[in-house]
Amino acid sequence: MNNIIKLEHIAKIYEVGAEKVHALKDVSLTIDENEYVAIMGPSGSGKSTLMNIIGCLDTPTKGTYIFTGVNVSEMDDNELAEIRNKEIGFVFQTFNLLPRSNALHNVELPLIYAGIPKNERQEKAIQALKSVGLEDRIYHKPNELSGGQRQRVAIARALVTNPSIILADEPTGNLDTKTGEDIMALFNELHEKGHTIILVTHEEYIAEHAERIIRLRDGLIERDEPVENRVIPNHTLSEG
Amino acid sequence: MKRFFFDLKEGIIISLKAIAANKMRAILTTLGIIIGIVAVTTMSTAIVGLREAFLSSLSSLGNDVLYVDKFEWFGSRNWRQYRNRKDITYDQYVKLREMLPADAYEAMAPNKRTFGKTVKYKQRSVQATLIYGTTEEFIKTSGAIPENGRFMNEFEVKAGRRVCIIGQDIAKNLFPNMDPLNKYIRINNVPLKVIGVLEKQGSAFFGSFSMDGQIIMPLKVFERLFGQRHGRMLIDIKVADVNKMDDVKELVTAVMRTVRKVPPGKPNDFAVNRQDVFTEVYDKTVGVVALAGIVITALSLFVGAIGIMNIMFVSVTERTKEIGIRKAIGARTWSILLQFLSEAAIICMIGGVIGLIISFPLSLIIDRFLPTAMPLDIVFLSLVISALVGIISGFLPAYKASRLNPVEALRYE
Ligand SMILES: Nc1ncnc2c1ncn2[C@@H]1O[C@H](COP(=O)(O)OP(=O)(O)OP(=O)(O)O)[C@@H](O)[C@H]1O
Ligand SMILES: [Mg+2]
Repeated sequence: MNNIIKLEHIAKIYEVGAEKVHALKDVSLTIDENEYVAIMGPSGSGKSTLMNIIGCLDTPTKGTYIFTGVNVSEMDDNELAEIRNKEIGFVFQTFNLLPRSNALHNVELPLIYAGIPKNERQEKAIQALKSVGLEDRIYHKPNELSGGQRQRVAIARALVTNPSIILADEPTGNLDTKTGEDIMALFNELHEKGHTIILVTHEEYIAEHAERIIRLRDGLIERDEPVENRVIPNHTLSEG
Repeated sequence: MKRFFFDLKEGIIISLKAIAANKMRAILTTLGIIIGIVAVTTMSTAIVGLREAFLSSLSSLGNDVLYVDKFEWFGSRNWRQYRNRKDITYDQYVKLREMLPADAYEAMAPNKRTFGKTVKYKQRSVQATLIYGTTEEFIKTSGAIPENGRFMNEFEVKAGRRVCIIGQDIAKNLFPNMDPLNKYIRINNVPLKVIGVLEKQGSAFFGSFSMDGQIIMPLKVFERLFGQRHGRMLIDIKVADVNKMDDVKELVTAVMRTVRKVPPGKPNDFAVNRQDVFTEVYDKTVGVVALAGIVITALSLFVGAIGIMNIMFVSVTERTKEIGIRKAIGARTWSILLQFLSEAAIICMIGGVIGLIISFPLSLIIDRFLPTAMPLDIVFLSLVISALVGIISGFLPAYKASRLNPVEALRYE
């Protein structure tokens, strides 16, 4: 299998005043195409920092990052923006939808920045909303949707450009157990369709949906092992 | 290029939505621009009108006429040098006429002027603003066309016949409900026969005096009435071809130097004046004041621009999270920059349009005093200016927005 992500001795140091915070000290890992990986670790261990680097939202202080065979640690802001737009789908804990725009427009957004004309854009956005079971909520604004529905809009937005990887930083963190499971069922489906998925979680049970768990501690990889008994959600989409 | 227009279009759509979501704020922000545009357009309309009024008041001076005078009309050198200059004489006029190639000019009229003389007809009397003593060719050099009757002829001029042509105001005041033709008016108790009444001319030099208060008579009669030495002589020369004004001016200067016996190497002791020196002087004096006026009113636009900049900074800060989201899903620096620039430009252009709507009736009011309406190019210009103001004042905030680090922007609450 191709490895899609290759991190070599990645470090991220934040300078807060005179103090240096080593959010990541020395992280090396590879992730293959169509892998389903969970990242775990205590609060402050560097999970979000790692996700941001993998997602090209942030650049490492040290080390090299090869994404789909390309060295992204040397790219400028606009090149990174293009990679984020085309190759990466983000799902956040707090959804991060545009509050004044309806579901359709939120999902369309990445396509605007990809330069796709309006008709094609809407078609694709509606398709993506259907695939997350929200075809009857297209014109709802975020504040007219439940938490689970909002997260599904966010997932549709992450999917709409058909990216190589989907990154989810605690996607179930703000949801109740039942709704969280719906979202996990959705990720499972996406994985089966061939997407590469990396998700950060605090919950062992959520992490066990993945094929592999990477555990961070103090900016270092503590353990990196496959999941013995994967949780396979057996129910399909239902209204959350 | 195609991508640019796509980005621009999307940027405009996004900013229109953002403006619509904050209508009240947008309106308050545009207020500064509205005031600025109203001030600038009204001011420049007034200034353009003022200049036009001035130019039209110059119309008594032809743009194809050279005025040979012993003085420069506008000069800044010392007065002493001028004071000793000898008058231009009738003899010099005759010689000039002889020596100047006949195809260089169309008409040439020596003339003397006097101001504020009393003119009487029976019991009535009136002040003539301007009395000319000249020749029959003055009709061509001055463009003073009789509406009734006729101009004086060569014979009357040569013989020094007591005839005159009067302006509309004189006619109206001395001959109410009467035909002035063939009546005799009196100046210094000398009777003069009215042979013509001039067309209405309007006032010259901002109404400082009315060209309709003038009287034209043969030069000899003028000298008999007011004395040989009264009033200095000018020679008005209407050139044959306006495009050759400069050539003819040089010719006239050369001939006049010979006629007045100016030794080679010495400066001229006379001047060949043109109407456009007035325009030049106007632009140098009133023009400078006008420019200052524009600059001062433009300051209000500047204040408006600062308001825009301020509100754009607020807008960027408020929408930090939104910017983070947009960047996270792939908006490039450029897209964000364009989004905020077009927002600022649109707000300003809305202000510009409202400003124009307000200043249009104002320009109509100005129009009642000065012969001008709001010039179209000012309309166009002020729209361009307001868009530019938006782009310039929106640049710093937009730049700040476009440079935000996506991770930090996303974290912003
Ligand atoms: N922008 C920043 N400036 C300074 N320090 C930062 C910044 N971002 C993260 N850190 C620090 O880096 C470390 C790792 O942060 P990170 O957000 O990656 O942790 P995390 O594993 O995601 O934690 P959590 O589970 O609470 O989300 C923390 O100590 C944090 O304080
Ligand atoms: Mg985190």
